[in-house]
Amino acid sequence: MAQVNTAKLHASNRQAGRRKWGSVAIFLLLAILGLFMALPIYLTIVMSIKPIEELFVFPPKLYAARPTLDNFRDMFRVLHQNRVPFSRYVFNSVFVTAAVTVLQCFFSSMAAFVLAKCKFPGGKIINGIIVVALLYQSNVIYIMQYIVMAKMHMIDTYMALIFPAIASPMGLFLMRQSISQVPDSMIEAAKVDGAGLFRICWQVVMPNQKPALMTLIIFAFQGAWNIQTGSIVFKEEYKTLPTVVGQAAASGLARAGVAMAAAVFLLIPPIIIFMLAQRQVIETMAHSGIKE
Amino acid sequence: MAVGSKKRGKGELWREIKKNKGCYGMIAPFMVFFIVFTIIPVVMSLPMGFTDFNMVQPPKFVGLSNFTTLFLSDKIFMKSIRVTLVFALLTGPVSYVLCFLLAWLINEMHPKLKTVFTLIFYAPSMANVYTVWQLIFSGDMNGYVNSFLINLGIINSPVQWLTDGRYVLGVTIVVQLWISLGAGFLALRAGFQNIDRSMYEAGAIEGIRTRWQELIYIVIPSMGPQLMFAAVMQIVSSFTAGTVAQNLVGFPSTDYKAHTIMTHAFDYGWQRFEMGYASAICMVLFVAMFACNKLINKVLGKYMD
Repeated sequence: MAQVNTAKLHASNRQAGRRKWGSVAIFLLLAILGLFMALPIYLTIVMSIKPIEELFVFPPKLYAARPTLDNFRDMFRVLHQNRVPFSRYVFNSVFVTAAVTVLQCFFSSMAAFVLAKCKFPGGKIINGIIVVALLYQSNVIYIMQYIVMAKMHMIDTYMALIFPAIASPMGLFLMRQSISQVPDSMIEAAKVDGAGLFRICWQVVMPNQKPALMTLIIFAFQGAWNIQTGSIVFKEEYKTLPTVVGQAAASGLARAGVAMAAAVFLLIPPIIIFMLAQRQVIETMAHSGIKE
Repeated sequence: MAVGSKKRGKGELWREIKKNKGCYGMIAPFMVFFIVFTIIPVVMSLPMGFTDFNMVQPPKFVGLSNFTTLFLSDKIFMKSIRVTLVFALLTGPVSYVLCFLLAWLINEMHPKLKTVFTLIFYAPSMANVYTVWQLIFSGDMNGYVNSFLINLGIINSPVQWLTDGRYVLGVTIVVQLWISLGAGFLALRAGFQNIDRSMYEAGAIEGIRTRWQELIYIVIPSMGPQLMFAAVMQIVSSFTAGTVAQNLVGFPSTDYKAHTIMTHAFDYGWQRFEMGYASAICMVLFVAMFACNKLINKVLGKYMD
């Protein structure tokens, strides 16, 4: 290890200056691009706190002169007019999102481990089907999904919201790709020690898969949080926040402002989860333990 | 497999299955949900392309007539193929390269900055805020782009970004690129984070000096699976794009200038309720995406080994 460090030191001494300037350049490049990328989100937030009369001035301002929470108040006022208490929608969204995220991560990780690292009859076919399922996009599928759920009497229940979102081919594909990088020797060693597949998956493989798992959590949460209940749930009691907030945004007087408030409101939970998960990703520094 | 060994082959297969029952146990929970909610609906939807189905009456088998109509007399479909190809060829590779380069550059940053930059670049794909895009490209003087350009003196009167046939596809492509740093980008970020640090040290000993060399000799070879994932995600998002255009430049767009294959399928499926025809459109698109994926797999596979 010491040898490695000195060698690196020599190399980096010569290059340190150039590397440092390179870092500054990269930072500037990312910052400029970042400003551009952040513009729509920034404008959404600004619009959500602009009073109505400021929405239509020329030239349009990049900030709110007199910020107000009127748009948010209007949105909540519309939401509270519903027959079902607002807390019920919050509960629906939290429950559905939590169930989907936990089950999807749990099931996908196990399936991905087996598909990436075990040879068994049918494994290759399933691997192929996963990619095909990702590529096959058709608006007829939703109708068929509806028919399947109707046959199983799932319409107008939480099951209709949770079950179809659990087995996402994208989540599985992501985990499978990542787990395929785990060296076979690690798994063989655990097998020699007498560990079963379940234990190998959760005690040997998954602890090394924090970045991929955290990324999967972000995707699963985001997907589940945005589930639109429009066509599978008709009872007000089972509607989720995106559905009712969308309805509220569409019925307001100054639609632009309320729509922005709704967008900002719905964006908060995914962003919190994103920040928490990304911090975990970044804390991961792959150690030599994962080496072949 | 030889014919004679068929029986023995069967017994062997059964033994293999029994030996690996642990594998099936691990995969079962996922597969149950996957079969019921994805495979069965997909299999049920496959024959729809060969039927006339309006969602009220049961589907009626019509053979290949949907496909012959599509390719021989549907002029707008031909137009949508061109739009889709232009769209996919422009947004797909550009955003794929962007995803990779940005994920790599962010990886070189200080840990605290990493989260911030990753969030900034990923956030547009988190929020489907089409309203704000409409305000940015709004055709009156209140639009941000218009007022900005008028103030700079580049244009004198507002440009109809969202309705002028000359601009709709361009605007759609810009917005699509804006929101395209999605799943592929995050997966690549995670992949970078998982590269063994000691690889860089070993590389330094072997004479790797610059970031560029690191990228070519260390980073890319150890990112194969993530690059493959990002490629598939990019194919899906660039070929099936349609919602951006529909929400932004309206439906149908002026002169069908931003009319993609997916928009065409939406038109027939949910506007005219000709589900059989819409399904045939989706099948054509699937074949194109499948071929594209095979091609990219081949190219990437060559570089990975």
